[in-house]
Amino acid sequence: MRTASLGRESATELALGGSDPRKHRRYLPSRGLFRNRTGFLALAVVALFAASVLLGSYTVTIPDFFRILTAHLTGGERIPGASFIVMENKLPRAVIGTMIGIAFGLSGTLFQTMLRNPLASPDVIGISYGASAAAVTSIVVFGASGAAVSGAALCGAMAVAVVIYTIARSGSLGAGGGSRGNAAGGRLILAGIGIAAALNAVVNFLMTRADIRTAAEALIWLNGSLNSASWDRAGVPALALLVLVPAVAALAGPLRILELGDDAAAGLGIRVGITRLGVVATAVALAAIATAAAGPVAFVAFLAGPIARRFTGKASLPAGAFVGALIVLAGDYFAANIAPLLLDGTVLPVGVVTGALGAPFLLWLLVTANRKDA
Amino acid sequence: MTNSTTTAPAGSALGAPAARTGNKNAPAKQAAWLLAAVVVLVLVCAASLTVGARGVPLGTVWQALTQFDPADGNHAVIHARIPRTVLGLLAGGALGLAGAAMQGVARNPLADPGIIGVNAGAALAVVAGIYVFGVSSLTGYIWFAFIGSAAAAVVVYLIASLGREGATPVKLALAGAALSAGLYSLMNVVLVSSQDTLDRFRFWQVGGIAGRDWSVVLPGLPFLAAGTLIVLSTGRILNSLALGDDIARGLGQRVGLARGTTALGIVLLCGSATALAGPIGFVGLVVPHAVRFLTGPDYRWILPFSLVLAPVLLLLSDVAGRVILLPGEVPAGIMTALVGAPVFVWLVRRGKGAGL
Repeated sequence: MRTASLGRESATELALGGSDPRKHRRYLPSRGLFRNRTGFLALAVVALFAASVLLGSYTVTIPDFFRILTAHLTGGERIPGASFIVMENKLPRAVIGTMIGIAFGLSGTLFQTMLRNPLASPDVIGISYGASAAAVTSIVVFGASGAAVSGAALCGAMAVAVVIYTIARSGSLGAGGGSRGNAAGGRLILAGIGIAAALNAVVNFLMTRADIRTAAEALIWLNGSLNSASWDRAGVPALALLVLVPAVAALAGPLRILELGDDAAAGLGIRVGITRLGVVATAVALAAIATAAAGPVAFVAFLAGPIARRFTGKASLPAGAFVGALIVLAGDYFAANIAPLLLDGTVLPVGVVTGALGAPFLLWLLVTANRKDA
Repeated sequence: MTNSTTTAPAGSALGAPAARTGNKNAPAKQAAWLLAAVVVLVLVCAASLTVGARGVPLGTVWQALTQFDPADGNHAVIHARIPRTVLGLLAGGALGLAGAAMQGVARNPLADPGIIGVNAGAALAVVAGIYVFGVSSLTGYIWFAFIGSAAAAVVVYLIASLGREGATPVKLALAGAALSAGLYSLMNVVLVSSQDTLDRFRFWQVGGIAGRDWSVVLPGLPFLAAGTLIVLSTGRILNSLALGDDIARGLGQRVGLARGTTALGIVLLCGSATALAGPIGFVGLVVPHAVRFLTGPDYRWILPFSLVLAPVLLLLSDVAGRVILLPGEVPAGIMTALVGAPVFVWLVRRGKGAGL
């Protein structure tokens, strides 16, 4: 019985994220093509960032962009229309999109690495739902908007994270490499799914209590949207990333040793308890900040880690961050520029796009996991 | 089933669990408990008729049922509460029975209509019904919800059971979560672009048994009856499936056929319950677990007990929802989630439910 359940666990884990990097190497075309795959991902982020600022329904040439930018910074002459669209809409949108993508990507990769379980990402384990319930409460009950909603989302995410962590902790959270660690990870996921369902009921109830316009506004927020991006909203995530990214960098080394198992890590001089708490706190803070800035953009945190792993062949935090940014930027480009052509001008929230594309990917991971298993 | 020669092998085949709860399996005692459960259900039905924004004494309820006087306001209130109570009975029973059978057929204590994506399927179908076909009545939603939930249940189950391992808890929960997320995203594409659709849909989405009349209840009856008959007759099948496919096959069970039949019954029950009452979570999950404390692991008793006790939970949630936020009402679907989530977490914590 015990061996059977162990086998099932490791099979699921292997196939879903691949704890064995060699398995994925054979899919790569040729090893020398991109020497530094993480660097390639970074370049791709820059390219997509440029594309989302310059291209799309309103196109700007590169010299024009720099003329607008310098005019804006030096207080020079503004180009009517173009200045506004670029500086007040497209640029903040791309900047916030990149930042939340990085935050979600890092957060998901941290969780997945620490719990050694590719399913443990903040959106699957219910942290995003905590943010949603708090934010919708603030919108519907207290009539909040803007920064107040973000603050409420932040508190909600943190509160739910504490609750789930406490529930799952009873069995040594993510301990070592044994089956107990996996069991605690599974318990954390399942507890998160249960809490998410209850919070979802609360959100649905509040939606029926609201005026239809408020409900529509809350719905946009619930889907995760960059449509109301502005420079005001960029400040908080920028400051948070300035603090949290160095924290992640500092934790990356101990985290890698932690993956060897608690005993080995302790023998190598790592303070296991403190490190683990630090990783959880940082990951939750990243997810909470990103959710507060743009709403719970579906699946970014969940998918960034596994995609990065398949692409670079190893679990890597920077690669996870870049993939997160790529997903958000690409999803938002589609939502802002391509979807309106298909839907009579409706600008979709970016989370609808990432959710619609992320779900088939997750199902595909499950199905291929089963096939290899059999 | 009353034949002692047929019960003996199944009982002994259950092995350790049966021995542990041996005295609980005495049929006479079980029947007495079941009778008590029915009495509780009758009391809860009475409560559902009397309690509310306008309380009515029990005597008046009896009068209203036997000698209806249209001019009497109290009688009118009672008559408005009858379809609601009947709907609670039907939907609750269907969810409890389907939940118990689903947990048995998937050998998965966490299976529940909400978790395996039935609600998301129904929701997307209802949104499509509202947006594309302009449906606006609860009667109209039924068919969309029914088809949508059945389709989603089949897809989730198929995806989760691919491969040798079958539908393990994590795979089933994940396939359900993934499909739900995808379906909800598609649904949101519509809701974001059409405020009218959102306005109608948001009231369906919370799930409840209020405000539905006989035109909603009646179309569901044949499906519910068929599903109930199928599932109630699968007690022995589920008992042998609980031992694992190989042993079940050894006992002469045709496993694929047995699983398929049970699944058909489950889809009929979940689909019609969701069609009638909207998405109601946690009833099908929590009740069978509570029932196991009374009955032990024998599905021939778990199924009827779930059928009787699930409506108790749903109707009590509905009654509590009527008085908790006066003068407004909290729909039953919300109350069951608020009651059910802590129980779900408790099950997960005990580690027994996770199967990990």
